[in-house]
Amino acid sequence: MALTAAPADTAVARRTDPSRLLKRPSESRQGLVSWLTTIDHKRIGVLYGVTAFTFFLIGGIEALLIRLQLAAPNGKILTAQIYNQVYTMHGTTMVFLVIMPMSAAFFNYLVPLQIGARDVAFPRLNAFSYWLFLLGGLFLYSSFLFGGMPNGGWFGYAPNTSMTYSPGHNIDFWIFGLLILGISSTIGSANLIVTILNLRAPGMRLLRMPIFSWMTMIASFLLLFSLPIITVALFLIMFDRQWGTHFFDPLAGGDPVLWQHLFWLFGHPEVYILILPAMGMVSEILPVFSRKPLFGYPVMVFSGIAIAFMGFGVWVHHMFAVGLGPVATSAFSVTTTLIAVPTGVKIFNWLGTMWGGSLRFKTPMLFAIGFVVMFTIGGLSGVTHALVPADRQQTDTYYVVAHFHYVLFGGAMLGIFGGIYYWYPKIFGKMLDDRLGKWHFWVTLVGFNLTFGPFHLLGLQGMPRRIYTYPAHMGWNVWNAVSTFGSFVIAAGTLIFLWNVRRTDQHGEAVGPDPWDARTLEWTTPNPTPEYNFLHVPTVHSLDELWHRKYTEDDNGRLVKVADSAQFVERRATADDHIHLPSPSYWPLVAAFGLPIICYGLVYKLYAVSVVGLLVLLFGLYAWGLEPSTQPPEPGDEGDGHGPVGELGAPEAPAELGDAAEPAGIGVGASGGGDPALPGGDVLGDTRADGIGDTTISVEDPDD
Amino acid sequence: MAHLLPAPGPETPMGAHHQPDSHHATATGVSNEKLAMWGFLASECLLFGALISTYLLYRHKAVSGPTPRDLYDIRFTSVSSFVLLMSSLAMVLALAAIQRGDERRLRVWLSTTALLGSVFIAGQIYEFTSFIRRGMTIKTNVTSGAFYVLTGFHGVHVTLGIIMLLSLVNLSVRGRIPQARSEVVEIAGLYWHFVDIVWVVIFTVVYLIP
Repeated sequence: MALTAAPADTAVARRTDPSRLLKRPSESRQGLVSWLTTIDHKRIGVLYGVTAFTFFLIGGIEALLIRLQLAAPNGKILTAQIYNQVYTMHGTTMVFLVIMPMSAAFFNYLVPLQIGARDVAFPRLNAFSYWLFLLGGLFLYSSFLFGGMPNGGWFGYAPNTSMTYSPGHNIDFWIFGLLILGISSTIGSANLIVTILNLRAPGMRLLRMPIFSWMTMIASFLLLFSLPIITVALFLIMFDRQWGTHFFDPLAGGDPVLWQHLFWLFGHPEVYILILPAMGMVSEILPVFSRKPLFGYPVMVFSGIAIAFMGFGVWVHHMFAVGLGPVATSAFSVTTTLIAVPTGVKIFNWLGTMWGGSLRFKTPMLFAIGFVVMFTIGGLSGVTHALVPADRQQTDTYYVVAHFHYVLFGGAMLGIFGGIYYWYPKIFGKMLDDRLGKWHFWVTLVGFNLTFGPFHLLGLQGMPRRIYTYPAHMGWNVWNAVSTFGSFVIAAGTLIFLWNVRRTDQHGEAVGPDPWDARTLEWTTPNPTPEYNFLHVPTVHSLDELWHRKYTEDDNGRLVKVADSAQFVERRATADDHIHLPSPSYWPLVAAFGLPIICYGLVYKLYAVSVVGLLVLLFGLYAWGLEPSTQPPEPGDEGDGHGPVGELGAPEAPAELGDAAEPAGIGVGASGGGDPALPGGDVLGDTRADGIGDTTISVEDPDD
Repeated sequence: MAHLLPAPGPETPMGAHHQPDSHHATATGVSNEKLAMWGFLASECLLFGALISTYLLYRHKAVSGPTPRDLYDIRFTSVSSFVLLMSSLAMVLALAAIQRGDERRLRVWLSTTALLGSVFIAGQIYEFTSFIRRGMTIKTNVTSGAFYVLTGFHGVHVTLGIIMLLSLVNLSVRGRIPQARSEVVEIAGLYWHFVDIVWVVIFTVVYLIP
């Protein structure tokens, strides 16, 4: 019942409170520190996007190196040892450091805006996820300086990755790097699930939620459930390497196939994690550029859910040639064929969306259509893989490499590029040049098909995967040369994109908040999107809420414009609006540093280093837990200083009654004035009846 | 809704215009923190599921050396399992205490939970050292390896739980867990009960099932 500490206790608490060691960063939005301490989902989204794109360029260079080595028979550009590192890092980079974080960039930026929330459920945890991603990627690549990069393939098959066959630390960097990245993604997915389930604006029932947010939630559940399995696999191979256990050593009763089961139980859901976000983006883009609603929205939602569930039941199709016997392989052949159904349904629904629509072929639309076509091709080769006798021929050949590049590059990457062009004006306030965008698209599309199309043929002609060179008499020379040429065309396309970005940055015109005449709530915010997202949390009455506010239909079913989106764009908030946001924090960054330090210690068995890392982590977490989500106002400032819901397991300090000076906890309403300003801006009479997890209090901080 | 409540002033307890710990109703009716803990525990189910599956696959695959089946003492482990189960009871009592505003008893029962958990861990350590002395280490064979990894992961989870409980005791001592903030104890309790349930499964699968 005693809710507050007596002053003496406060003084003690103040002295021993570690979060006071680092003065809370100011609320400034400028400068490096503001980026290092940001907890704003939009900035975190931009950080994810820029970092992931940088890794895309690195992974692309790795791809060019592979193609240079394989351009001609008996290639001498890379030795076998180096080749193994390059192709491993290419795969690991593209999967874990490009597509997943690019998707995360869009999850982070868009989901709160699409659902009408001010931020995600746990903003500091969100920042922590990003820093772990960056540090995990750097940790992986630091192996270059420490004796060699991971070289066991992105799939790390044991016992090839055991100490016997992979001495040195290459694989150790892979193991620990992936563990760090796994923690980042697990935390991020929990954050997004809670955000989407709990923080939707009033009236936004789940089946009124934009399809991209749905795909985000589904992918997040997939991550939450699949990452623990690879975590176990990584620990087992780590123990084999570090402590001499025998989990994958057949001589001691271990089973290499266990690695494959554990890896692919993760790995198959992982590919749906890679594709569903891009599918969500395409599902947003096609309706806008067809001026028609998404065909069969509920079916699109349920097929996404079906893909996720069924995705846990097909993993053995990566193991058809392992020798598991006809019963197992037949069963998984059936399930794999079945999963083509919800996927195919989506293709038809995208076609149905465009059919009869008023199509505008802007760059985002081109990439979205490109996705549909390329992903269909990739999906068709996937269907052939589902049939065991066919797969026995195809597996471990370039045919498989063709399949997954068609779905991952032709699918996910094209979808992501579409998303970049589409949401660029919302994120950066300027539209990328459409002419350059079209050049980017067509050059990339041609280059992509030149690079990966021939792989189907090479695979059927027997060219195995994962080889660093091939002899001259196999009949593979021509298509390999064509493919290498194609890869440089892709590179040219990417350069066009970079040129477009630079040009837009320097000369691009600012555009309004809804330049595409779009359908969803994120387009109602002014450009640039204010930190607090919405002045008033919107009330939602239908799917495609913005569209229905702008248009209605006459008796003939024709669109009739009733309002301009400019009418829904709110004015900028002032201090009088008392919109309350969580404050920036150093602790996610500090705590994140602990993990790679722990891992370096474990790689080199310098356990003292690991202990230091653990202390850094614990100190960072503890200080974070004790720090209020929102900095209480300085004395003399008006307004309540109460923070939003605390983060997981971290109790907030109770009110320091009447103590406006340097409270150790959160001060509540110490303004003592007649100011009835209350959480969530209710004083403005916004229509938010139930809470939307509105992160409540902080004064617009005048100091900085 | 909140604007109907009186403006906060010096004498208004923090809880007045906030629901306990979840400051606003959420679409699911469950607070963000609690929902996040449930999501985390769901993820942990998969983690322990993979570890238990590995153990089940390897339980009869040992090529040499003693296996857990040869060495364990079911009576001893039953006692330590009982201790862990009782710790869950203490956790329930801790939550009940703070929900009725009894901060002192909260600390008593939280400490009891932590103590019982520590007794369990002590029992594990004793058990494992005796196994090691009798020649079964993590690398003796695949069965022992799977055993130690599974029970070791569980033990780490219990230990982290104990640290969490002691942190809560510390915070309560500093007056930072009033009745209005009882949900944080409930959330810690969810974690603790989960760890206990996992042990019930491990005990059954590893020790009891022949």
